[in-house]
Amino acid sequence: MTRCLAIRATIATLALGLLACAPAQAADTVDPAADKAAFQKFFTGKFPKLKLEDFVNGPYSMNEDLHRQWEEKEQFPPYEFSLEAGKEMFATPFKNGKTYADCFPNKGIGIRQNYPFFDEKEGKVVTLELALNRCREANGEAPFSYVKDDMAALTAYMAFTSRGKPMDIKIPNDPRALEAYQKGKEYFYTRRGQLNFSCATCHIQSPGERIRAEVLAPALGILNAMPIYRSEWSGMGTTSRRFTTCNSQIRGVPLNPQDDEYRNLEYYLSYVSNGLPISGPGARP
Amino acid sequence: MAFVLSTLLYCDGIIEIEARETSLIATFSKPAFVLALLAGTAMAAPAQAQSAAEGQKLAFDRGKGNCLTCHVIKGGDLPGTIGPELSGLKAKYSRDELIAIVTDETKRNPQTVMPPFGRNRILSEKEIGAVVDFLQTL
Ligand code: HEC
Ligand code: HEC
Repeated sequence: MTRCLAIRATIATLALGLLACAPAQAADTVDPAADKAAFQKFFTGKFPKLKLEDFVNGPYSMNEDLHRQWEEKEQFPPYEFSLEAGKEMFATPFKNGKTYADCFPNKGIGIRQNYPFFDEKEGKVVTLELALNRCREANGEAPFSYVKDDMAALTAYMAFTSRGKPMDIKIPNDPRALEAYQKGKEYFYTRRGQLNFSCATCHIQSPGERIRAEVLAPALGILNAMPIYRSEWSGMGTTSRRFTTCNSQIRGVPLNPQDDEYRNLEYYLSYVSNGLPISGPGARP
Repeated sequence: MAFVLSTLLYCDGIIEIEARETSLIATFSKPAFVLALLAGTAMAAPAQAQSAAEGQKLAFDRGKGNCLTCHVIKGGDLPGTIGPELSGLKAKYSRDELIAIVTDETKRNPQTVMPPFGRNRILSEKEIGAVVDFLQTL
């Protein structure tokens, strides 16, 4: 300990309750690779029985009874309908004759693990949902709602073609990319709302605990299963839907889907889950 | 600012969980005035009981205390598991300590998950008084 430059967790935003020690490292250096290693180590240390790839099953990874439920669900997956619809939509040409495939590398197949990415031309993070709507608009079609139905169906199909591929988010050597990452991280650990919760309060401090009847998912791999079918929603939801719902639950004011903050947040959360397999679409209680 | 938020730094390869904040609770909160006034000797018992019943309602109400989200509490359904079961509190804490915990537990434990019900005005001082009357029956 004495060798560590122990910066005490002075304020409540230090959600993890870790002693932030930065040996031989300037205190404000942004070091995503070290973050990722520490982040993954925190979870594997906290849940030594789980393999890295198990975390992508969210609340179902957290206890055996739930895991059994998950296996049963996978026999008749509730997202099947949405997945089929997404596959068909993906193959159907726009009015101008082009298709989604024309907008993406590798015709959109098996690429989910590379999203979100940092677009150096725009200087911002681009998520898969955003790229899909931009594709529509570029081809003269109206954008979809970000939270459910069509958007969920399309992302369900794209995730499905990428199942098993390790999340592979790159941070290019561009100060703006590092800044986006860092802002996403700050968003994740900042407490807000009347209930004074950060994302980390629930998904780092309390994974596996029940909040009322719901079991909290671990933050590691938390986006790998997106989009998800939730029985509680009786339908599908996208990453945008989950972010805004979690913000409302803490009596905070949610941002608009695809606001910069959410794009940065998704960038951070996906990067620290690098190496864990894409498992979407997912099913949840 | 940036360093304050870098919670996930490596420390010689070890992540250490910070020891629970052990400092004593500051006795910053005023005792619930209204209740003190009501508690004239003859009135004391029934007023307390009534207030405790009111406190139970507040504690179980999802729009108010919603304490069941995190605590097992006798008489409540579908409790969460984030906080400890609330029982035997009278033996453990003074009334002022309980008021302090419900008002702003981050004073005692900056990392706590528990919302600061008083500081963020989720519950009024009077409501906190009632909730604490209820806690003292557990
Ligand atoms: C008050 C507690 C709470 C806070 C704060 C919170 N969440 Fe959640 N979150 C939940 C609950 C409950 C669920 C549903 C159960 C589950 O899957 O964890 C959930 C689910 C999720 C899921 C889906 C996980 C899965 O595998 O099904 C994601 C992604 C997510 N939250 C992200 C976030 C982000 C990002 C933030 C901050 C903006 C946040 N959460 C803040 C309670 C919270
Ligand atoms: C989101 C979770 C959460 C909610 C909601 C919550 N608490 Fe807590 N509470 C905790 C946690 C976690 C602790 C453990 C101590 C700590 O974290 O500092 C705690 C500790 C306590 C303690 C001390 C218990 C002991 O034995 O030491 C009391 C008393 C208490 N809470 C009362 C309440 C009351 C009353 C409410 C509702 C008005 C409430 N809590 C709502 C999470 C919560």
